[in-house]
Amino acid sequence: MAFLGFLLFNYPLLSLFSTEGKVLGIPVLYAYLFSSWALLIALMALAMRRSG
Amino acid sequence: MLATPVILIVSFAYLGLLFAIAHYGDRRAAAGRSVIASPYVYALSLAVYATSWTFYGSVGRAAHTGIGFLPIYLGPTLMFALGLLVLRKIIRISKANRITSIADFVASRYGKSALLGGLVTVIAVIGIVPYISLQLKAISDTFSIVQHHPDLISPADLESASLFADKAFYVALLLAAFTIAFGTRMLDVSERHEGLVAAIAFESIVKLVAFLCVGLFVTFGIFGGFGDLFERAAALPGSGHLFVAGEEGTGYGELLWLTVLSMLAILLLPRQFQIAVVENVDERHLSRAVWLFPLYLLAINLFVLPIALGGLVQLQGTGAQADYFVLALPMAEGQGALTLFAYLGGLSAATGMVIVETIALSTMVSNNLIVPVLLRRRAARLTEGRDPRRLILRIRRGTIVAVLLLGYAYFRAAGEATALVAIGLLSFAAVAQFAPAVLGGIFWKGGSRNGALAGLAAGFLVWLYTLLLPSFARSDWLPGSFLDDGPFGIALLRPEELFGLSGLDSISHGMFWSMLVNVGFYVGVSLFSRQDAVELGQAARFVDVFRQTPEGPRFWRGTATVAELEALLARFRGAQRARAAMAEYAPAGGGGGYDGAVAEPGLVNHVETVLAGSIGAVSARVMLATVVDEEPLGIDEVMSILDETSQVIAYSHQLERKSRELEAATAELQAANERLQELDRLKDDFISTVTHELRTPLTSMRAFSEILLDNPEQPADERERFLRILLEEIGRLTRLINQVLDLSKLESGRAEWEIEEVDLRKLVRDSVAATAQLFRERETQVDLRLPEAVPAVATDRDRVKQVMLNLLSNAAKFCEPGRGRVVVELSADGDALRVDVRDNGPGIRLEDQELIFEKFRQGGEDMTDRPPGTGLGLPISREIVTYLGGVLWVESAPGRGSTFSFKLPVARAPTVALRGEG
Repeated sequence: MAFLGFLLFNYPLLSLFSTEGKVLGIPVLYAYLFSSWALLIALMALAMRRSG
Repeated sequence: MLATPVILIVSFAYLGLLFAIAHYGDRRAAAGRSVIASPYVYALSLAVYATSWTFYGSVGRAAHTGIGFLPIYLGPTLMFALGLLVLRKIIRISKANRITSIADFVASRYGKSALLGGLVTVIAVIGIVPYISLQLKAISDTFSIVQHHPDLISPADLESASLFADKAFYVALLLAAFTIAFGTRMLDVSERHEGLVAAIAFESIVKLVAFLCVGLFVTFGIFGGFGDLFERAAALPGSGHLFVAGEEGTGYGELLWLTVLSMLAILLLPRQFQIAVVENVDERHLSRAVWLFPLYLLAINLFVLPIALGGLVQLQGTGAQADYFVLALPMAEGQGALTLFAYLGGLSAATGMVIVETIALSTMVSNNLIVPVLLRRRAARLTEGRDPRRLILRIRRGTIVAVLLLGYAYFRAAGEATALVAIGLLSFAAVAQFAPAVLGGIFWKGGSRNGALAGLAAGFLVWLYTLLLPSFARSDWLPGSFLDDGPFGIALLRPEELFGLSGLDSISHGMFWSMLVNVGFYVGVSLFSRQDAVELGQAARFVDVFRQTPEGPRFWRGTATVAELEALLARFRGAQRARAAMAEYAPAGGGGGYDGAVAEPGLVNHVETVLAGSIGAVSARVMLATVVDEEPLGIDEVMSILDETSQVIAYSHQLERKSRELEAATAELQAANERLQELDRLKDDFISTVTHELRTPLTSMRAFSEILLDNPEQPADERERFLRILLEEIGRLTRLINQVLDLSKLESGRAEWEIEEVDLRKLVRDSVAATAQLFRERETQVDLRLPEAVPAVATDRDRVKQVMLNLLSNAAKFCEPGRGRVVVELSADGDALRVDVRDNGPGIRLEDQELIFEKFRQGGEDMTDRPPGTGLGLPISREIVTYLGGVLWVESAPGRGSTFSFKLPVARAPTVALRGEG
């Protein structure tokens, strides 16, 4: 999961979202970073619950 | 409106509240009802990571570099994703060894080396000082800003005051007093501080709520939501680089290095180690905290960019510094109460960090630097004379004051010119130097003390040269030419472009070189140096922590009396706790013995561990040596203990495997035995059935022979009838014997086979013709369905015909005379030819469908209702078909007739032919 995070938060995936433009009024890069961050946290919570 | 006294009163009231919480926490802990035994409190206390750097500095960095502030918070998330792998292991090791700080951890791992512990302590103190100065700067700056409310000022406008008029100086002293009161007010010098953790958790709530309030106010109070805010920010000239990464915004390389740096920092910063590892109540809290803590970081970062952009839009031209937009924005809008709340949030962020950090540092300095030195010089003073705990407390208090004053000195020397975040990163890079020694130490047994020493020293020197000195040079404390032209004008040695490496920002550059030499020396020297006995033992205890009993193998022996040990413990833990600690040790054989008794090695170990919780592993070892006559173990002995342990583990694994194998073999034997018994029973059955079958015709033959012999006068036609019956019975007997012989040949593989090309169409047709008479007698109609042509089969003609005849005569037998109807069909089925013989007889019950293929088992209800036949036809047929590589089976249901089918492969290799007559 750490590997997934490392992939999400760095070049080259990051560069795909490094464009001007907005999603629901929020710059693409920030919308991407915060939503993938939240996703990662949710995954971690899920994994922890699974493993008890 | 916000007069100085108001600010002061609010500040002190807040600190007082913290104090009350800590006091409450300690009282609850003493009563055994801990308030911090919860994963939520644990996660909140971890948020001591978010300091005034987060609270103020992130906004400043966001205003300058866009997403450059984020990696510092993404890194910890990633490290916590690895949490169970790394953090859990460190926590387990630390609990088993009563580790008190990161210096203690490193020293302990590498053979309780005093030198290494001291080095880590020195690096930590020097590395953390800038970070502490950052907090001082934030507190004094924000105090000034709030003081001038409602006028916006920039801290740069404040004239540099003399020492005694400088607020930061008083802030430093005040925080020192406060920290001393917090962390070192009790005489008990154990490693944990429950009240402190409770207060830190509370501070984390305050700073989060304060920051969110400001964020919401800016986004929805000043602007009309996110859309409006981003739109107006995008309209600002020169703001484009804030929304992208890469060439225009923050470089990808820098983002990567910042992520790595913060991943390491969350583990290695002395205060994080203190909270996450030393103060951890229960290892299981980690599983909840691994996602709660990242969630906290996400929440506190949500509004960083909105506040930064809001500040850029609203405050342009006012001269307000981006670092303090959090305060300046509410102030500019005339929100006095919100400004004060934001100030409190910042204060809580800064005080939380300073308190925990200086306590952690003071523990390190006293346990790993001063006490070992004192012990070496005059051990007597600590073992005899006055209460040593007072001395230790004094050392810790002195350290706290000294560290804060150092922080202040750095603030005067370099801090004023630099942004908050730049100062913080400097500290991150310093503690990152511990990474090879710590991470290598828990996963690689080969890492040696000399390797750790060399790596740490080299990495630290490079850090000093490439990061710390330039920060001095920038504030004119060193000549600027040092940066531009290199020392003594040697361009190759320019500290920020070492050996001509350019194109990196200064942090990436410094991290690259320092990590390179650090890891290089650590691994290189470790590979080429020999570990001594204690090192080997400790390495095994650390790396294999999950594979050991809590006690672990013992690498030590010595003699001391129980009374001596207890007296020693009492000097550092108090008489009552010492007695309790002694009682904790209950070896398998009963109590620890009585005062005069010589303590067993396990008890000595236990006392050393407990003592380590108070004064660190290094000091505990030296201390214990003063009362215990130690016979140090030689390297060979340690090796043999280690070998023994690993051999025992290996043996037990082997034993387990062997016993599993044995079980499997036993099960197989049992199954084979059962099968044999079954076969034996079958053989008995077979013999008794055969005998029975033989007796029936014999009995009738005998009866008729006797009649013929006794009545020579019988009429001729009567005699002829009896003789016919006799012949019939003889025929039946012969058939039976032939079949038994045939079956036994087939089963033993002694049958003779003649494989040739056979046309099944002809064979089937011949068989039906041969049994035509039988069907006619029973008035049964036979339908023959043959395809146009079929491939030839390599098989034994006579044997297949035998099967056909058997199936046909069975069909004839079971059909009701007069209404019988039998269909014989030949068809191609894939690579095989298939023959079906379908009748409309009574059918066979499902449970009987396999039974009929057994010897002497026939269809029908029971023995009295047996149809004519020997009961060997189907078993023989199945043997034949199976031998020829095909299958024979039946499909049937009661009342619906039966279909007997067999398949023979077309392309069968004639292996049977090779067997010849064997």
